[in-house]
Amino acid sequence: MKQADKKKKWLSLPLGLAVGALNGLFGAGGGMVAVPMLRWLGLESDESHATSMAVIFPLAIASGLIYLHAGQFQISDALPYLPGGLLGAVCGAWLLPRLKTLWLHRIFGVVILFSAGRLLLQ
Amino acid sequence: MNWVGIALASFFGAVLSALGMGGGGILLIYLTVYLGVQQQPAQGINLVFFIPVAVVAICIHAKHKLIRWRVVLPCVALGLLGVWGGSRIALALDSHLLSKLFGGFLLVIGIRELFTKGKKDNKSSEKTE
Repeated sequence: MKQADKKKKWLSLPLGLAVGALNGLFGAGGGMVAVPMLRWLGLESDESHATSMAVIFPLAIASGLIYLHAGQFQISDALPYLPGGLLGAVCGAWLLPRLKTLWLHRIFGVVILFSAGRLLLQ
Repeated sequence: MNWVGIALASFFGAVLSALGMGGGGILLIYLTVYLGVQQQPAQGINLVFFIPVAVVAICIHAKHKLIRWRVVLPCVALGLLGVWGGSRIALALDSHLLSKLFGGFLLVIGIRELFTKGKKDNKSSEKTE
């Protein structure tokens, strides 16, 4: 069992690479790899969802700094979105231990597919 | 400025992010599809938006003892290398092409979301149900 756990921990490194690569390439989507990766490492479902935030947080800072340094945007461009974002963060974190997320996944999937269609066809 | 759209996109994006459901894409989609912001600046804005959202969510999750800090460091270690590589590619690509690639990525994610089994019950959720 201990050898299997050690092997899993080593395999988390290339998976972490994939999380970072998605974060850098698209500015989003790292969580899609992080959550199942953490589940695979043996974390409970709620722990995986919560811990993924802690994984992506430093990666988002690094990516953001790279984009900022490249002159792609200004920090002030993100300010209008912060009030809603902070409120949403509190609500989402409060909901995590209380919510069955199946229907959220379905709704999210429909929204994502609609948006994918718009992006691919425009 | 469309304050309703901004409020809705940022609120729901943050809710889904805090739930660990990858809601970071919601704001990015709003910026690119509905506001017509170019892909690279939109990605940058989304990343900066995520940072304070993550701080709040992480503090609350940590208070609920849901974060396993011991696995964070190894995941982040190589993740930073991935960030460097991914962002270099993104900044070198034509914005239109990057937008299409992102659209393809969303297609994969969307299909996966429709067929996912959702969050499995665990000990923490059993207490409140």
